[in-house]
Amino acid sequence: MKILYFAWVRERVGKTEETVEPPAAVRTVGDLIGWLSTRGDEYAHAFEKPRVIRAAIDHAHVRPDAVIAGAREIAFFPPMTGG
Amino acid sequence: MTVAVTIRIQEADFDIAHEIAALTQGRTDIGAVVTFSGICRGSQDADQGADAIAALTLEHYPGMAEAEIGRHVAEAIERWPLTGVTVIHRVGRIAPGENIVVVLTASAHRQAAFQAAEFLMDYLKASAPFWKREEAKGGTNWVDARSHDNDAAARWTKS
Repeated sequence: MKILYFAWVRERVGKTEETVEPPAAVRTVGDLIGWLSTRGDEYAHAFEKPRVIRAAIDHAHVRPDAVIAGAREIAFFPPMTGG
Repeated sequence: MTVAVTIRIQEADFDIAHEIAALTQGRTDIGAVVTFSGICRGSQDADQGADAIAALTLEHYPGMAEAEIGRHVAEAIERWPLTGVTVIHRVGRIAPGENIVVVLTASAHRQAAFQAAEFLMDYLKASAPFWKREEAKGGTNWVDARSHDNDAAARWTKS
């Protein structure tokens, strides 16, 4: 699945997007954050406060308990500051 | 009754008078147009000094930003008798004094137009995927989200 990062999450991870194949045990958005955090110091830094991180599946906001099966695109970003 | 909807995300500035004319042209059923325009301030806080910020850079999530604004425009049209809605949000580098966003709501009467404009702005701030980074003398930093923006959006939730 395709993962996108925005704002300071993007800066900390050091990339705008990537394709990942998480193991089957990674079922939810929260699981995915936990799994990504183990992939290196830059990920651990980006996701050090998981409760701050917002997520979207296929362009719609989701909560950490959202199931990721079938998702085409999952995005992680900080709380929004537009307007 | 058709509702004229325009949603645009762009780097270029916009002309509010032109956008109002586009929303009302050829129609005689509109009695009220409310305009909210958001402008780049020179500081985030009053005690920061009036020229603390050289510019803001707005980042967005292409595709989701349009979709999220579209969902809230659709909800506004469901809740109030609107004849037209325009939302334009700029991205890229924006200097103090420049436009960031405009929301126009048109209706037969003012109450619907006022309420829908406020509803749309509250949701735009709380849930549309845009992020501001400010350029200050000491470097650049991401603007923190404010909890009162979430509170402002939450008051529109139907109980």
